[in-house]
Amino acid sequence: MTTTATPSIQTTINNGVNVAALMGAREALAKAPAAARFTWRAKCDWLVGTHSRSAVSGFYGLGAEQQRRKTFRVEADHPHVFAAEDQAPTPVELVLSGLASCLTAGVAAVAQRRGIQLNSVTATVEGDMDIQGILGMDDDVRNGFDQIRVHFHIDADASEDDIKALVAQSQKRSAVFDIVTNPTSIIVSVN
Amino acid sequence: MKSITTVIIGAGQCGLAMSRHLRDRSIDHVLLERGSIANSWSTERWDSLRLLTPNWQSRLPGWCYGGDDPDGYMTMPEVVRYLAGYADDIGAPVEEATEVVGVRRDEAGYVVATSRGSWHCRTLVLASGACSRPVVPRIAEELPRSLHTTTPSRYRSPACLPSGRVLVVGASASGMQVAREIQASGRQVILAVGGHVRLPRSYRGRDIMWWLDAIGAMDERYDQLDDLDRARGLPSMQLIGTPERVTVDLNALRRSGVEIVGRLVGVRDGQAQFSGALPNICALADLKMNRLLDRIDAWVTSMGIGGDIGPPCRYEPTDVGPRPRLHAELGPSGIRSVIWATGYAPNLSWLDLPVFDRKGRLIHDGGVVAPGLYVIGQPFMRRRKSTLIDGAADDAADLAAHLHSHIAQAAA
Repeated sequence: MTTTATPSIQTTINNGVNVAALMGAREALAKAPAAARFTWRAKCDWLVGTHSRSAVSGFYGLGAEQQRRKTFRVEADHPHVFAAEDQAPTPVELVLSGLASCLTAGVAAVAQRRGIQLNSVTATVEGDMDIQGILGMDDDVRNGFDQIRVHFHIDADASEDDIKALVAQSQKRSAVFDIVTNPTSIIVSVN
Repeated sequence: MKSITTVIIGAGQCGLAMSRHLRDRSIDHVLLERGSIANSWSTERWDSLRLLTPNWQSRLPGWCYGGDDPDGYMTMPEVVRYLAGYADDIGAPVEEATEVVGVRRDEAGYVVATSRGSWHCRTLVLASGACSRPVVPRIAEELPRSLHTTTPSRYRSPACLPSGRVLVVGASASGMQVAREIQASGRQVILAVGGHVRLPRSYRGRDIMWWLDAIGAMDERYDQLDDLDRARGLPSMQLIGTPERVTVDLNALRRSGVEIVGRLVGVRDGQAQFSGALPNICALADLKMNRLLDRIDAWVTSMGIGGDIGPPCRYEPTDVGPRPRLHAELGPSGIRSVIWATGYAPNLSWLDLPVFDRKGRLIHDGGVVAPGLYVIGQPFMRRRKSTLIDGAADDAADLAAHLHSHIAQAAA
């Protein structure tokens, strides 16, 4: 448990985030910026049709290979309207879920750092897409989302503006938010 | 080689304030100036620019504005006359047209090589400014070569741009101001907006700079901050000095026809790509502005000030429109010129000493760089006001005291 002093009162806040460890890491990495280079990985096997299963385990970071407690598996498929078997979420839904998870984790971390007790946080995400793009029907229509909307419902011991500032700061420091709002160079090779 | 106790490089407000303090302490010194007094103010600013701070706030040690418009904003020729008048008043020993080409250490201090001979000094003050070099991001290299590109240091007026669309990159004081006047000249401006500091020109009937001064924000010290790096990296305040005292914010620019887009993040297939994070960038700036206004209101209440102070108010949130565009065509039928209003850095390329960090920034502790070596006028150097003309006096007083004791120790 972390104790954080607010300007007026001494309060014990616990959002389950170890801010002291994160701040310590920031300090350590300032002295050894090379250790801040991470490489994240996933390995995806085709099952059948549009159904696939990814395995996520080790990653590289802090100057070494890092092992996980276990190998996590994430499946993806497409729904019946795409003439598929609907065994799992679509990849685009996994992207939305990744965005929501990243922003939600950020809200918790920022709240802990700012001494704000969270009671509940729910993010609802919607992404609009014109599937004429992926069906190759109209080159003027992009494949991906043309807009994503995230709505947060947050119950916390803080003012409305302080809660808005949590959400804004979380976006400012979110990896997935950056990945979906800014271009990324992608290199794809085969065999 | 000429020898002297202190060399000051640069004869702007910081160099002159330092000169005044050294004179008061009877420390012999010289100011080396590559051009003439207030050189950057006269040669590296656009025609319409006025100071962002009101006339009364250009306070220097033993010198202040004495004209009949204390709440006005000086034009650049007025700033130059103001500083030249100060240099005369204090009898500053300025060597003009003397460009520093190299600085190295020796056992007894520093050797300063210039275009007109070398100086040896025991102590050296770097007062050549925080804005000598426009910072242009690496993405500039990816732009088509046919585009006309410039920076606020070289830009003078809309007339010097080709016709056609103009992309202004950066929405701090420089970017907002040039976007405003280029749009007014009849060219379509697209303004790429990254992190910025939104402020109203005036609040509750007083200039925002008056409030920041009154509540003590400008005097906040560098050694009392949680995150000094962050404070030093903050962009300039989104302000403009005009006789009409207008507020220049993104809503006002958008109403005048400027198209607001996100940060420039890529160039691909002849298109500029803009970040989709614009709404959040604006939300952060709005929240931050409102926190400052809350602080001002709380200060007014706690001081029990009444009189001519207006009622509290809040400004409309930044409206970026329903769907800010994510790309724009570059080239003859699209954007034809680009202005990089992406910040400034000091130019210390002649400083041949191991005093820079891995990102090339000068390392200093409140302006103390190394024994006998000082810098002045850098962002949040000792106080929030360190880069304002109004910040030179207190910083120069502190550094002159430090410098004096350094000389005394060396002599003991």
